[in-house]
Amino acid sequence: MSDITKQSLSELVENIKGKKLSSSEVTKAFVERSEKSKELNSYITEDYTNALNKAKKFDEKPNLDLKLPGIPMAVKDLFCTRDLRTTAGSKILNNFVPTYESTVTQNIWNEGAILMGKLNCDEFAMGSSNETSFFGNVQNPIDKNLVPGGSSGGSSSAVAAQLTPITIGTDTGGSIRQPASFTGIVGLKPTYGSCSRYGIVAFASSLDQAGPMAQNVKDCALLQEVISTYDEKDSTSIDFKRNEYSKELTKDIKGKKIGIPKEYRVDGMPKEIEDLWKKGIEYAKDCGAEIIDISLPHTNYALPTYYIVAPAEASSNLARYDGVKYGFRAEGENLIDMYEKTRSEGFGAEVQRRIMIGTYVLSSGYYDAYYLKAQKVRKLIKNDFDDAYKKVDAILTPSTPSSAFKIGEKTNDPVSMYLNDIFTVPVNLAGLPGISIPAGHDAKGYPLGLQIIGKAFDEQNILNIAYAMEEKINFKNNITDWWIK
Amino acid sequence: MSKNKSEYLINRHDNQYEVVIGLEVHAQVTSESKLFSTSATKFGAEPNTQVSLVDAAFPGMLPVINEYCVKQAIKTGIGLKAKINKRSVFDRKNYFYADLPQGYQISQFKDPIVGEGKVILDMPDGQKEVGIERLHLEQDAGKSIHDLDPGNTFVDLNRSGVALMEIVSKPDLRSPDEVNAYIKKLRSIMRYLGTCDGNMQEGSLRADVNVSVRKKGSKEFGTRCEIKNVNSIKFMQMAIEYEANRQVDLIEDGQTIDQETRLFDTKKNETRSMRSKEDAHDYRYFPDPDLLPLEVSDDFIENLKLEIPELPDEKKKRFIEKFKLSAYEANILVSDIETSNYFENVIKKSDVKLATNWIIGELFAALNEKNIEITESPISPGNLSKLINLIKDGTISGKIAKTVFEQMMEGDKDPQKIVEEKGLKQESDPKALEALIDKVIDDNRDKATEYKSGKVKLFGFFVGQVMKVSGGKANPQLVNEILKKKL
Repeated sequence: MSDITKQSLSELVENIKGKKLSSSEVTKAFVERSEKSKELNSYITEDYTNALNKAKKFDEKPNLDLKLPGIPMAVKDLFCTRDLRTTAGSKILNNFVPTYESTVTQNIWNEGAILMGKLNCDEFAMGSSNETSFFGNVQNPIDKNLVPGGSSGGSSSAVAAQLTPITIGTDTGGSIRQPASFTGIVGLKPTYGSCSRYGIVAFASSLDQAGPMAQNVKDCALLQEVISTYDEKDSTSIDFKRNEYSKELTKDIKGKKIGIPKEYRVDGMPKEIEDLWKKGIEYAKDCGAEIIDISLPHTNYALPTYYIVAPAEASSNLARYDGVKYGFRAEGENLIDMYEKTRSEGFGAEVQRRIMIGTYVLSSGYYDAYYLKAQKVRKLIKNDFDDAYKKVDAILTPSTPSSAFKIGEKTNDPVSMYLNDIFTVPVNLAGLPGISIPAGHDAKGYPLGLQIIGKAFDEQNILNIAYAMEEKINFKNNITDWWIK
Repeated sequence: MSKNKSEYLINRHDNQYEVVIGLEVHAQVTSESKLFSTSATKFGAEPNTQVSLVDAAFPGMLPVINEYCVKQAIKTGIGLKAKINKRSVFDRKNYFYADLPQGYQISQFKDPIVGEGKVILDMPDGQKEVGIERLHLEQDAGKSIHDLDPGNTFVDLNRSGVALMEIVSKPDLRSPDEVNAYIKKLRSIMRYLGTCDGNMQEGSLRADVNVSVRKKGSKEFGTRCEIKNVNSIKFMQMAIEYEANRQVDLIEDGQTIDQETRLFDTKKNETRSMRSKEDAHDYRYFPDPDLLPLEVSDDFIENLKLEIPELPDEKKKRFIEKFKLSAYEANILVSDIETSNYFENVIKKSDVKLATNWIIGELFAALNEKNIEITESPISPGNLSKLINLIKDGTISGKIAKTVFEQMMEGDKDPQKIVEEKGLKQESDPKALEALIDKVIDDNRDKATEYKSGKVKLFGFFVGQVMKVSGGKANPQLVNEILKKKL
């Protein structure tokens, strides 16, 4: 089969299970395409030889009862992978090889998938364009001058360019949904506590969640089913009844009440986004959903709240990268000098900026005014959603306030960069599930996404809505393989 | 002049100063594994052999609370008659140091697991109550070793993540003696509970000592200095004495005291400034987002209450009421759980009064001499009990018993057997004794005559002679009776 990499995950699984394709054939196809796609810079670390060997081994004794039988997969380089370098996109972990495996990736390998390599991302997942990575920026397969979004930019780029059939990212303030939207793919941020954080390099512990990034909703549901497990090794993991998301997936969303929050009509929002949203509402109606206007009054405060909470936690989470135990170390005159040089040289500008913001907002005398207040506002934002969900089953918004921007366009304007997360951040603050699906193109032909936000633990419902709307939208990504010479 | 004999005051010129002391005791929780990881906690292991990925703060590693340590902290709280907080929160205390792998210590700041409680001290002039402010759980740091290499510092992470209870007293202590009594009492309670072994040599118990002084009668507290990490009672007492006098000298000299953290130099016997208030760390405490608030139910607490053994105060009361011990005797016997267990085992089958005297007297002296703990005593409670019964039923005299006791200390021998093997049984046959006594009187005719003519003091001489001739085995009571008749 010549078009293996064009197949969706579900098709590949079906073909392997039906013995029409071997794991080796599939793995070889994705490895070859990945090798021809170095220009995108989607990978930080390639593990192709091992992947091909594992595929061969799988084919010798294939277990076709698994959910991901012999499927090759590259993952975001924020997940610790045993014996394979894990950098978090940072110089400070440039030489770090874990002796352990994250729970989420372990779940994936347990279902038969094969690791192909580690995908680029913003340094410690701090960024919206993948431009803060120590390993260089990633190109959007849509257009070589465009960012792929961030922080899971290597992941979005790799799925859109079909270098991997599917992948996982992490989402702290939009890092799955925004890059999915920028590259015309599907990205799900699950409920906080749904996927274990064990073995994922931490950015902001109370917000971080792993989730699937896929070509379509069905693939997304299948991977979510695999990665979402209760894990005693993560104290914030929640033990709730998890659906078999792919099996229970249905397009029947008749009578579902979908809320449209007026506060998401932000000033200066491009007309294209407004139009996309309107189109989304029509699609939802076409699917039989009922549209209800709602209010989420504290939406305006979400972004400033996020940019206090996330840096505060990050400033503490990143304290362990001190040159003492592992990772990069710069020599110094004494301990303090070594710390200063290691952290100044080891962390990039954006990470340093956030560590400084976080340190400041936790400082004595400022704690009450910033961190404590932010926690109170966070509660109000959560209450907004709780109130809304008394009236509706899900909420529909745009995923981002714009389509993908140009590489370098916002690197000197962090606030404008931060504004990219305006629609995604409230979802993380409230710990809710949110999915971005591709829903159209702007005038330049760049993809635009819609976000469906669900109740906590109600991934099945937003997957169903996304599944139904996906059919109506019938989105086609314009990818020309321009990078393949 | 103080009304109270034991009042501790510092006199300078015409002024009398009272010393105000509060302690922050760090007690290592007795637990096989660490507070947030499954690593072992054994003392004295090879460096860095008891370290998990969590303890070394590897990327993506997460803390998971050890329920056993939570139980231990709550039990300690119950032992301190303290309020148990059903909801407590773990916070991060952020600072950089080479032996602190996470870059923060997980501790409890605003919402500790245990609130206010109290400890009763038995002082020579009566009881004194010391308030407990709070008890919280926290992680220990690793150990930096600076003296193994001239150019490098080595780090041992075996201690990293070990569970500590920080027990904060109110500023209720007024003298080095009270500090001594307080630490010993705290240690005793925790050893009864099995929540901390109290081993100060191994660092299981250490304290930060807050000291201030004020003119006697003043209600205001003076400015305090905190002496960090003192690891023996003796050093605590020395540090307090030095520090209180230093502060008094400053005040008398018209100077002010800077609130600061100080170190006690055990070699020079002085405290030295470590950092001033201005240089104090900003620890940037905030709730640890990796851990949910710790919530315990009423049932959980009630079940732990059922596991609480009789504690020293209650045991002392019982010993006094039931066994008619003096407060002094009871205090000694309950001070240590092993001693009180030993005592209670001995008196299961023998006389309380004799047991008390033998344990506090002979046994303690002998253990001291051998420098061993009561748990290592060569004489088991059962055998001591047998020895006491041999005295009580007149088989041997108290004096012979001491000889037997000495032999028992050399190995755990049955006293009955020693008495039989060595023929130490007391002679209580009146006929045999009469014969002995007749012989003694015969041999000392002149003294007998003197006695009869009124030199009654010679009676003791005759008793001594009889005992000597009998090899110490004659029953002294019978000897007395028969001698009186015969003379």
